[in-house]
Amino acid sequence: MDAIQKLELQKIACRIRMGVIEGTFHAKSGHPGGSLSIAEDLAYLYWKEMKVDPQNPAWEDRDRLVLSKGHCAPALYAALAIRGYFPEEELKSLRHIGAMLQGHPDMKHIPGVDMSTGSLGQGISAACGMALAGKISDKSYRVYTILGDGEIEEGQVWEAAMFAAHYKLGNLCAIVDNNGLQIDGPVDKVMSPYPIPEKFAAFGWHVIEVSDAHDFDQLEAAFAGARAVSGKPTVIVQKSVKGKGVSFMENQVSWHGSAPNAEQYETAMAELKAAMAALDAE
Amino acid sequence: MSEMKKIATRESYGNALAELSSQYPDLVVLDADLAAATKTGIFKKACPERFFDCGIAEANMMGVAAGMAAAGKTVFASSFAMFAAGRAYEIVRNSIGYPHLNVKIGATHAGISVGEDGATHQCCEDIALMRTIPGMVVISPSDDTEARAAVKAAIDYKGPVYLRFGRLAVPVFNDPATYHFEMGKGVTLREGGDLTIIANGLMVWESLKAAEELEKSGVSARVINIHTIKPLDAEIVRKAAAETGRILTVEEHNVIGGLGSAVCDEVCASGIPCRVAKIGVQDVYGHSGPAADLLREFGLCADNIVSQAKALLG
Repeated sequence: MDAIQKLELQKIACRIRMGVIEGTFHAKSGHPGGSLSIAEDLAYLYWKEMKVDPQNPAWEDRDRLVLSKGHCAPALYAALAIRGYFPEEELKSLRHIGAMLQGHPDMKHIPGVDMSTGSLGQGISAACGMALAGKISDKSYRVYTILGDGEIEEGQVWEAAMFAAHYKLGNLCAIVDNNGLQIDGPVDKVMSPYPIPEKFAAFGWHVIEVSDAHDFDQLEAAFAGARAVSGKPTVIVQKSVKGKGVSFMENQVSWHGSAPNAEQYETAMAELKAAMAALDAE
Repeated sequence: MSEMKKIATRESYGNALAELSSQYPDLVVLDADLAAATKTGIFKKACPERFFDCGIAEANMMGVAAGMAAAGKTVFASSFAMFAAGRAYEIVRNSIGYPHLNVKIGATHAGISVGEDGATHQCCEDIALMRTIPGMVVISPSDDTEARAAVKAAIDYKGPVYLRFGRLAVPVFNDPATYHFEMGKGVTLREGGDLTIIANGLMVWESLKAAEELEKSGVSARVINIHTIKPLDAEIVRKAAAETGRILTVEEHNVIGGLGSAVCDEVCASGIPCRVAKIGVQDVYGHSGPAADLLREFGLCADNIVSQAKALLG
């Protein structure tokens, strides 16, 4: 990836973060922390990695993304809106009565959402089903799914992990977003999911570790590595910063599931606008 | 009557899937290590490339089913009713029901007629659970003919369907040559004016036997087979309420939340004065024993239907 491409992706990630703040502020609820930690993933997936067509969201040969950590919908919605699936203005009605954008992803009503998720541990199973369906139909599409590090405490995740390896789903790539925090506190204090790479390796997955989920060079290498694997599923275990990009939200568990008030909204947007201005100046 | 051919509806299920496999190339079948018992093994033999064992992991199986359906497949996911409707309830609700995906849940070994395995496997709550999921069709066929027809109808319908099958071999009383299955439409098997017996599953045959017995005592009992509990045939229920004034429901399920409850809901909403009594599992667990003995013990037999019918009339 050249410097110009990287700069473009950085700007997109910054716009996704603005969308997250915009959405959760207007909703007066939602989950900004874990949404902000996957902004680079979504930018990379929807602008570089995945074969998609916003004009034809139901295109049967498209690559698919299942946001297994469905509570991070604000980031997915922002990415989809910026990518052209629906107007960005929709983000301001997130979680409102009668609005299209539900609190958690709703595939029936939101263009670009490939699976309804929100109840943790279920998205990865659906992603397995999509990958298997593609494989037996000789389709070349790939399936991506993003999980939280707290989410993998759900037993269903490991049922799915077993299934994906058993059926050699080389077209499946899971991303475990290891931001280290879940609602009740640090993941290793609540119910340690560690060691994550070793667990997936033991289940028969190809494991790629990313030490900084906010570095596009690392993401590019990781997704290229996943694509090169055949005959087994790949998991990218990434270290990320919960609340990334908004100084007062970073690494603060309290921002897992609470929305910024008017003052915090202004501060957050000012920070993100400054970050964008710095990128524009590059 | 006793010489009538007997087939378990789980057998009908497996046979129907295998027979329909070539007609429906997008049909795939999942099971959770019970293919020999649920009879999806018959499909597996006919069509191994479209059968996927998910191992003893029902939650994941339902999610996989959802994902395959989202990618265009018509998916059957099978296990015992206890695990398909019970253990995997929340996955069925959120991953299949909410997005209204084209998944058919083929649940076998429903009710106490599971027999010797006992209470942990005798699911008498599945219909109640599945009925509460918006958009879920719930079907409990009464014999081989109806079960096969229900499988085909479920494939032709786009959306989630819960199909309930039994372990016990039961008489085949619907004539395959003339039988027509229509989802959501009850079947009047016998006309009568004194009361109406509304049943489904293996209780339909018992109800027919009971009606015959009642006739000997001068009681004219109508018998209706409600194979589709949801959507319920409101018209046939209201007509029975208005014309006979007394309804006796019979089901191999907890009396809370199943067919009897669905009928009561409809009768209450209709405003038609009508007494309803419910035969079913009276909010208790089952236990081990031969199926036939258990059915008698729990009152799921013609004799008890006769006495309850008389009590309702008395």
